[in-house]
Amino acid sequence: MTKSRDLCRRIDRSDGFATLTLDLFSGSPNPNPCSYSRSAKRVRVSCASPAAEENRSSLFDSLSEEVLFLILDRLDSDPLDKKSFSLVCRSFYAAESRHRRALTPLRSGLLPAALARYPSVSRLDLSLCPSVTDAALASVGGALRSSLRSIDLSRSRGFSYAGIESVAVNCAALVEINLSNATDLSDAAAAAIGRARNLEKLWLARCKMVTDMGIGCIAVGCQKLRLLCLKWCLGISDLGVGLVAVKCKQLRSLDLSFVPITEKCLPAVLQLPHLEDLALVGCLGIDDEGLMSVKQESKSLQVLDMSNCQHVNHAGFSSLLSKTPGLRQISLAYCCKVTHSLASSLQKIYNLQSIKLDGCEVTTSGMKTMANSCRTLGELSLSKCSGVTDEGLSFIVTKHKGLVKLDATCCRNITDLSLASITSSCTSLTNLSMESCNLVSREGFRLIGQRCHLLEELDLTDNDLDDEGLRAISGCHNLSVLKIGICLKISDEGLIHVAKGCPNLQELDLYRSVGITDIGVMAIARGCPLLQIINLSYCTEVTDYSLRSLSKCSNLNTLEIRGCQVSSSGLAIIAVGCRKLTKLDIKKCYFVDDAGMLLLARFSQNLRQINLSYCSVTDVGLLALASVSCLQNMTILHSGGLTANGLAAVLVACGGLTKVKLHSSFKPLVPKPILEHVEARGCVFQWRDKPFQVELEPSEVWKQQSQEMHV
Amino acid sequence: MVPKRRRPLEASSKSSSSMMSESPRNLKPDLPFIPFDSTNLWCGDRHGRPFLEFSPPLVTQSNGLFGPDREPKSKSQHEPSPVDDPVMDWNPRLMLSNLSFLEQKIHQVQEIVRSIISHEKDQFLDQANELAAQQQLVTADLTYIIIQLISTAGTLLPDIKKALLSTNPAVGRPGSNQKQHEILPVEVAKASQCDSLIKDLNNCGSNEDGLIKCSNNSGIEASEPISIEDHDTKDNDDGMDGENLPPGSYEVLQLEEEEILAPHTHFCLICGKGFKRDANLRMHMRGHGDEYKSPAALAKPSKEASIEPQPVRRYSCPFVGCKRNKEHKKFQPLKTILCVKNHYKRSHCDKSYTCSRCKTKKFSIIADLKTHEKHCGRDKWICSCGTTFSRKDKLFGHVALFQGHAPAIPMDDAKVLVTSNKAQVSEASSGMPGNVGYNFSGNTSLDAQSPDIKGVDDGHGCFSPVTLDSFPFRGMEKIKFQPAGMMNCTEQHYPLMSNKGVQVETSIMTDDHARTVSFRVPVYSWHLNPASEWEE
Repeated sequence: MTKSRDLCRRIDRSDGFATLTLDLFSGSPNPNPCSYSRSAKRVRVSCASPAAEENRSSLFDSLSEEVLFLILDRLDSDPLDKKSFSLVCRSFYAAESRHRRALTPLRSGLLPAALARYPSVSRLDLSLCPSVTDAALASVGGALRSSLRSIDLSRSRGFSYAGIESVAVNCAALVEINLSNATDLSDAAAAAIGRARNLEKLWLARCKMVTDMGIGCIAVGCQKLRLLCLKWCLGISDLGVGLVAVKCKQLRSLDLSFVPITEKCLPAVLQLPHLEDLALVGCLGIDDEGLMSVKQESKSLQVLDMSNCQHVNHAGFSSLLSKTPGLRQISLAYCCKVTHSLASSLQKIYNLQSIKLDGCEVTTSGMKTMANSCRTLGELSLSKCSGVTDEGLSFIVTKHKGLVKLDATCCRNITDLSLASITSSCTSLTNLSMESCNLVSREGFRLIGQRCHLLEELDLTDNDLDDEGLRAISGCHNLSVLKIGICLKISDEGLIHVAKGCPNLQELDLYRSVGITDIGVMAIARGCPLLQIINLSYCTEVTDYSLRSLSKCSNLNTLEIRGCQVSSSGLAIIAVGCRKLTKLDIKKCYFVDDAGMLLLARFSQNLRQINLSYCSVTDVGLLALASVSCLQNMTILHSGGLTANGLAAVLVACGGLTKVKLHSSFKPLVPKPILEHVEARGCVFQWRDKPFQVELEPSEVWKQQSQEMHV
Repeated sequence: MVPKRRRPLEASSKSSSSMMSESPRNLKPDLPFIPFDSTNLWCGDRHGRPFLEFSPPLVTQSNGLFGPDREPKSKSQHEPSPVDDPVMDWNPRLMLSNLSFLEQKIHQVQEIVRSIISHEKDQFLDQANELAAQQQLVTADLTYIIIQLISTAGTLLPDIKKALLSTNPAVGRPGSNQKQHEILPVEVAKASQCDSLIKDLNNCGSNEDGLIKCSNNSGIEASEPISIEDHDTKDNDDGMDGENLPPGSYEVLQLEEEEILAPHTHFCLICGKGFKRDANLRMHMRGHGDEYKSPAALAKPSKEASIEPQPVRRYSCPFVGCKRNKEHKKFQPLKTILCVKNHYKRSHCDKSYTCSRCKTKKFSIIADLKTHEKHCGRDKWICSCGTTFSRKDKLFGHVALFQGHAPAIPMDDAKVLVTSNKAQVSEASSGMPGNVGYNFSGNTSLDAQSPDIKGVDDGHGCFSPVTLDSFPFRGMEKIKFQPAGMMNCTEQHYPLMSNKGVQVETSIMTDDHARTVSFRVPVYSWHLNPASEWEE
């Protein structure tokens, strides 16, 4: 007993431990067996004394559950760790079963067994199960009566109101339901939700058949609601929303995006005493006159999203903003022109920290007024705004030195002048997006590298960036996301600087940066071991060598190598090395064939999404791939060796498919019952009729073409 | 119901009818005369026309022939009614003038009778027709006088009425009928018929006609149609001022119950047939002779019949205690005769028309029933408390107002019931998992009267948890999601609910109370025989 308490204390103390070795036979607390290493997160529990060989299992049993739970608490980062933990012995297995709180099953068919093993699951994420039957939900309701707090059905189909009812009625502790995308659920399901009295968070996005009647049942039944998302609920009108606002006084967050409401429900909504977050994206029923007629104030509102409200102009916004003095974030993306009058209405909001004006037309005077009206802006998004000038942007950044995130995507007119003022005043900048700001030159990038040391995310896609600029940027040592796609001038040299300067890099986008070769990629793989996402698409010089080096990045989960010169052997190395790989795009990797697929299927058991277009994969390789139980999303266009029968077999074999993109020529060839069956399991087919196009056009040509399309 | 007397047939205009405003219960021979209401009197004068008609029947300008006769009439009309105060109940002077007026009329009748006697001696054959006409006139006039007396006695004060009734039990209804018999047998015949008439009041079809013919046979009237100025409701409405007339600025007429309830207001003086509209009567009159085919006879009697400006007129409900009764403290007059009729039927009559669809709503006016039937069954907005609303916003206002009330989704509520009755259902279905064991014989069981069939619309068959993989190659989705579409509360399936559906009773538990709600739930083929859907 004393021993276990002592162990507990040691585990408690070792807060940041990565590997903890517990020697069960050291009689006294001995620091030696506890070795700390930050690189690997693992717990090693060993029976150090060989004398106890025959008693091993009982010795493990001697560890109290308390100790095991403490250990398990620290194993949340990687699901595989828990798996191996539970395989140690029976008592560990049992402890892990009792300890687990969150479950993300891949198949709903195995749900009863899984629930029998894990009786105290409180969070059930079914988003990986394309088909969840009422029976499965009934088993959930039966097994997790008291423990279940949250259930996610946002990606699932196949259940009806009856299943929801069994969960809602039986699980008294349920506080979260995500039913988004349940497009075929109707009011009966909503009424079933209404029976979950303790519900606090509810997502009903795209539940298009739910009407006011259903939402009325929810409003009356779930009066503790704090979050309600009704995005795209096209059947709901002012009446339903008004009733929600009357009944659910605890609401903190309300998403009414794209709901056909008018201003009539806004008074009730604004009178919600605790409302903090309100989204009215794309509410076309709201117009200037309506907003001006709303007299109610909301002191508690902090976040307001009115993007795409195209019928509202500055008069309406001014009227509304004057009634929401506590706003912290506002989004007016794709709304009206940002002029002096609109910007001056921001003056009444003292605490405004974030403004999103994506896609708006901005005037310089508007920007200046905005700079003067606001006090301490932390985030500013001017993405795709037309009319952003050096003058306006400089004015804003010099006024708001605390700016942390700045998005100037496609502000094509800004030059080094803007960057000079940005970098000189906003030294705490962490996120900077300036995709397609072609006028920024090497000098600008130099300033970024010199002054913005806190930068974590930098998007320089489609810029006039060269190796010198890249070298300067490598001075931002905290960079975790770097997007330098379509920068045709960069080469391995610059990339080597990045690899040296940015050890924390997790995401690197080199899409169509054709100057890159294996050398650069190898340097990155070596210098950035935390890399999770890399996009090397159409970097035609990249070969298997790059893959070999990238296989050392064990955290890699997304690999896009479209059109690269890779083969099956390279892919095999990646499959073996990067076990966490979930997303793989090998479109137009003509040399990848069945051999690669066989190894991929063997090792990459976490693969969720794959693009195999133009690969030399046949039925055999695809059938092997079908054994990957996580696979959800497949794109197979123009795979020469594929036959209709093989495809049919693959579709049936892949139980978890949710989306399959196929060439439309296959549609009449695959037996219809099979397609219907797969669709009934929750899969969506997308039939494409793209022409077969083998050769890759040179990147310069491609860029020219894409720019012409822009203009 | 109170025994009712048939209104004298010659009282063919609405305004005239207000004259006969006394119910027979007040008929008492030894009752002293009760003074006329000024208003009554006023009207009475207009009704006096039949008296004047005895020499030449018609007074109106359309029958300009008899112009001179208007003189005494208008005098007699307006001399005794100097006061316009409707509240005034007891005015000795008025009373006196009323009585003298009656006396005058009696003298007139005497004159007629005398002249008949004298005629009898001289010319039998030539004057036979005229004699008959005069006889009829005499009877009609006598009738009128009696009614006049009775009504004068009755309209005085409700208190007096009650006192009379209570102190003198002989004055009860049968008694009054008795008296009528003695005085005027014809009237009694009418009165006795009237009871039955009122009971099936609005079956105004053939029944009514027969009745009137019957009374006609007893020879009440054969005088020419009286073309009294026509009070079309519309005209009246148009002619009237706004709502809030100060009391006293208008005169109040009070129609009696039987007048209000009479299906016809215009009667043929020759054959006695009744009509709702005077135009119809005029059309009818053409069949009685060429003299009715003249443009003048066919023309709509103009309002100019009365030269003097018409006083603003409002109506009182005869039901004592009603707010529309002139005795009420906050008396609110009714605007038109039609208002009176509708008000009286709606407020003080039995609601004898039941909606054939919902079998709950009742109406006393057939038009109301028809209006209701147009919307009945379309009350699709239902609250969990069982209240139905024809409009969604009304339902939501209701739900917002009360704690624990929720919008009820009919299909769902049926399902709630089903889940609670699951054991029972599965017993009945005897081993057909998820299927309903009930058998419908056509639509007979769809009658609402059989609440025993609860749970019949299980619908569970289509929602039953079926693992998809047990049906490997079928378009499962097609079946799977069909019910969801069915449950959609759109209008499309409402016709189904009314035509073809099951009445399901379910008790709904809300926070506060439990209530039983019945719904009509559509029945689909797969409900009736689910097995056929599942096993092709």
